[in-house]
Amino acid sequence: MDFLVTNAPILIVALPLVAAFAIPLISLSRGGDRGRNVFSLAILGLIVFLVAILARDVHAVGIRVYTFGATAAELAIPHGYTVPVRIIFEVDGMSIFMGLVITIVALASLIYSLHFMKGQTGQARFYSLMFLLYAGMMGLAFTGDMFNLFVFLEIASIAGAALAAYRTNRADAVEGGFKYIVISAISALLVLFAIGILYAQYNVLSIAAIAHFMQHTTLDMIALGLLAIALVMKLAGVPLHMWAPDTYTVAPAGTTPMILAASYTSMYALYRVTFTLYGGLINTTTIGWIVIIVGVLSMFIGVMMAVHQTDIKRMMAYHAISQGGYMLLGVGVGLAVITNPAALANYGRDAMNGGIFHIINHVFYKALLFMTAEAIFFRIGTRDTNKMGGLARNMKWTAAFYVIGALAISGIPPFNGFASKLLIYETVLKFSPVLSVIAMFVSLVTLASFTKVFYAAFTGPELPAYKKVKEVPKSMIIGMSILAAFIIFFGIFPGLIVNTIVAPATNALIDQAGYINAVMGAVP
Amino acid sequence: MENIADNFPFVASALLLAVAFYIVIFRKNLIKLIMGIAMMASGVNLFIVALGYRTGGNAPIYTDVPPGPMVLSVPQALTLTSIVINVAVLALMLTMVIHTYRNTGDIDSEKSRKLKG
Repeated sequence: MDFLVTNAPILIVALPLVAAFAIPLISLSRGGDRGRNVFSLAILGLIVFLVAILARDVHAVGIRVYTFGATAAELAIPHGYTVPVRIIFEVDGMSIFMGLVITIVALASLIYSLHFMKGQTGQARFYSLMFLLYAGMMGLAFTGDMFNLFVFLEIASIAGAALAAYRTNRADAVEGGFKYIVISAISALLVLFAIGILYAQYNVLSIAAIAHFMQHTTLDMIALGLLAIALVMKLAGVPLHMWAPDTYTVAPAGTTPMILAASYTSMYALYRVTFTLYGGLINTTTIGWIVIIVGVLSMFIGVMMAVHQTDIKRMMAYHAISQGGYMLLGVGVGLAVITNPAALANYGRDAMNGGIFHIINHVFYKALLFMTAEAIFFRIGTRDTNKMGGLARNMKWTAAFYVIGALAISGIPPFNGFASKLLIYETVLKFSPVLSVIAMFVSLVTLASFTKVFYAAFTGPELPAYKKVKEVPKSMIIGMSILAAFIIFFGIFPGLIVNTIVAPATNALIDQAGYINAVMGAVP
Repeated sequence: MENIADNFPFVASALLLAVAFYIVIFRKNLIKLIMGIAMMASGVNLFIVALGYRTGGNAPIYTDVPPGPMVLSVPQALTLTSIVINVAVLALMLTMVIHTYRNTGDIDSEKSRKLKG
């Protein structure tokens, strides 16, 4: 058990990589489809177990460092050196929080895809890319050095873009995938350029070491600007959001939640950079306000663009941008007051809890909503809400899941969206009442927009064309019900979730010294 | 060794990046856009390799090493990795453009566009 916990960080990234390259081989054998599905589920089950024991360990003991090519974690700084030269994974509360989000979404997506993909061509490559995307995201969440941040960002981007363009016979799918890869390539190169600037000054790549030596020179600020632009572009924050609706819309259902999770992994990278790498900056207030403004713009413009969409997935994609704004708003408020202990204790910490809690909540309910939208597409072959009607008669489960997701995104109790949004409203009200009012207004518009689509798609008279529409197959229902169960569970016990997984993540972000000491502690 | 010539690689990489951003933002042909991204990658790679250059340093190969300091080869390793990754990205982009051409008969970003609003 101890061996497993020690090596869990690398196993969690290495196993899906191995699986990604083994899957095409397994598919070649006779009865390969079945074997591949069983193999994929078994590997992901094993990874879920590893993530669970690693999460337990990180919450109980603290930051876990894994050093590549060394017998012990402390050897990140080899004997006779004063800086860490080895490649490291560093898993703290925030990393493992992202790990849990990604893993649960991946499990639901994989189960959902089993039936969804049945009979399609290129399935082997599809599952291969799913595991590659998963490995990229987990690596991004766990990595302890800047260069691997770039590498895993690219792995996740390549896999994500290939998955978005999976239906290559459709012009719109290829277009969505192409936009994603262009945006990802540009943002990854900006990140690499910023890494070059940082390396030129400090001659180290480890995040902890750079943070330790950080001088906050003008060049550092340029690097911060480049990193922030690149990562905001990747997480679809307004005004760099233009790729998100296209890519989310065209990606096949099992993968849209994964690409969504990839966006929030980029958001994690942004938090890692602003809190850990540039923590203790004199003017965190300015940076906090920039994050808040990006957040409020995303919230408002996202929801306004969503209201008039007729494509159901495109509408949900714009809502994803809008909800991303809530997370930035909550964490931005925390960042703005991080140097002020009284304000931090009074509302800053809770605002960050709200913003981070909203990540997991949003990924779950938006993944569920994307899955219901694609379930409709799976049965009737269109995403246009004007052509739908009366679907609740034949697709009862899908309709029920849609209602759960729609209520959760609008912040109606007892679903999880209410819990995190309430935290954000309350704390932001103490910081700046205007922002809180905007957040509530956006929530109302969200409810209106989802109600409209519910009436258009699920209620009304039965359309003759859809008389024979059946409920979706079982694996898709299981995939959706996993997420629905989490949504209701999180909504009923928000305090439990905040205390067990969200608060450690917030503490990990605030505690910059802890992150640095976990690696640099051995320096005399 | 404060020499103007030492800064030439940085000037070149800045020029490459500037031209690349111009192409990516203003050109409508998708192939040209990919060329722009390739140039951007070259600019960043040149920047990192130029950072790693040390006058009078030796390559860190332990056989037959001349006297003098050795260079820590991290920037070179980074550049190699980045080149490999960019090959993958560019190849994926080109396959997507081929599919776009097959589906729409055009590789102009305005004319082959299907998703709007």
